[in-house]
Amino acid sequence: MYNSLIEIMSLSFMQHAFMAAFFVSICIGIIGTFVVVNRMIFLAGGIAHGSYGGIGIAIYLGILPMFGAGIFAIILSFIIAAISYKNSERIDPVIGAMWAAGMSIGIIFIDLTPGYHADIMSYLFGSIISVASSDLWIMGMLDFLMLVLVSIFHKDLLAMSFDREFAKLRGVKDKILYYMLIVFIGISVIITIRAVGLILVIALMSIPPFIAERFSSSLYKMIYISTILTLIFTFSGLSISYFYNISSGATIILVASIVFFLYLSILKLIQYTK
Amino acid sequence: MSNPSTVEVRNLYFAYNDEIVLENINFSVSTKDFLAVIGPNGGGKSTLLKLLLGILTPNKGSVKIFGKKPKEVYLKLGYVPQDTNINKNFPIKVTDVVLQGRIGVSKKFWGFSKEDIFIAKESLEKVGAYNLKDKKIGELSGGQRQRVFIARALSTKADILLLDEPTASIDSKGQISLYAMLKELNANKGIIAVSHNINVATGFANKVAYTNKTLYMHNSPAVNKDKILQNIGNSTEHICPVELMVNENMCLHSQDTDTK
Repeated sequence: MYNSLIEIMSLSFMQHAFMAAFFVSICIGIIGTFVVVNRMIFLAGGIAHGSYGGIGIAIYLGILPMFGAGIFAIILSFIIAAISYKNSERIDPVIGAMWAAGMSIGIIFIDLTPGYHADIMSYLFGSIISVASSDLWIMGMLDFLMLVLVSIFHKDLLAMSFDREFAKLRGVKDKILYYMLIVFIGISVIITIRAVGLILVIALMSIPPFIAERFSSSLYKMIYISTILTLIFTFSGLSISYFYNISSGATIILVASIVFFLYLSILKLIQYTK
Repeated sequence: MSNPSTVEVRNLYFAYNDEIVLENINFSVSTKDFLAVIGPNGGGKSTLLKLLLGILTPNKGSVKIFGKKPKEVYLKLGYVPQDTNINKNFPIKVTDVVLQGRIGVSKKFWGFSKEDIFIAKESLEKVGAYNLKDKKIGELSGGQRQRVFIARALSTKADILLLDEPTASIDSKGQISLYAMLKELNANKGIIAVSHNINVATGFANKVAYTNKTLYMHNSPAVNKDKILQNIGNSTEHICPVELMVNENMCLHSQDTDTK
């Protein structure tokens, strides 16, 4: 086992994959935490799936698909932020429609593009082992940007997430922060698509913070625990997928899901025995 | 600050879309007053509170607090929202909730100062919840959580506390002790509490505003208070028939005591 770990660590594409998993874990730890405490999982799913439209358009235009997805995700984030800021109760149908419309746009543009596109699957289900070093630089910089901004505004972000109305009455600029948070969700989606693909993004964004929430008495702790959990899920999923020669994205999500359901079962057991 | 009419509402109208929620509202209270805003569900009590806080803006008329618009003096208002709006799984400790009251008045941008932490501690002591300081907000009972939110409003050092249904999820015993505590705080702060539960609220307030689209102001006489407090033991729930009955009594009483 030890020797085989040395073996995978010596392969440069695996080194890249582990680096990518590390960056994904940081962004999931931070943004996933805000997604879960603000109950924005569906919203994050809408951005993730909707960004498929950007991938389709990018392939049609012959530009980098991740670039297309990035632009599309940010545009979607702004639209969703604008609609949900005032009326968070009526937002679900809108997100649902964007979710499906984005995917439809993607499928139609890919249909219109001549030739066969085998790499489509890698955007849907992730291809962390094909991450290039230029991708790692972008992921690292985006992580750094989010880390800095979240640290600067942590007091206000916490107040807004806990009780937006009260925060507003204390002079917190909740509108700017709200838009920032949703754009960050868009950015995190883009970072995470590299690892597990856009279909599986919401699982990774919600499972680690959801487990962490119960064990945390502060947002800091929740971010910290979520990051560690995501690291465990991605590193073990990645290693397992290498040894059994199976899809890395699906393996990572399956590892996370198994832990998640075990956790829920243990919780139920504890409740029964009490 | 001891302006006789700290809060002054004149000819206020408010409508959601086309539906008039409040019309021709006139009243004034000072920082010495304990005002209970009562009335049926949908009668506009919470809307009125939001207008006072500046969360909503009147369609017509004016709200003046210390002679200014609510949005200009929001830091002087301590808001205690309804318990139901809170995410109870939120990973936050009681102390950190109370410290949120220091936002906007704290001298520090990053984190909180020693003074802030001291004020938070003091506020928790005032509401008798200092022993809960390290608990997660979700571990508290409804009454404890309400005290914590009152402590958060106190830590703002506001001159007026505005509470939205502070006793909605508390049993009658807890309601009395919570109102008794508010009465103590009333020694140096104005209190405006929206309450569905007429019995308890009117027992402690010195002014009662009955709100159902329009607003009738009553000065709650001491005699009536004792009677109301006696009745509290018997009623564990507030149901509409009871409310209507009490409401009727109050209107009769308003005819003989209301000076207008």
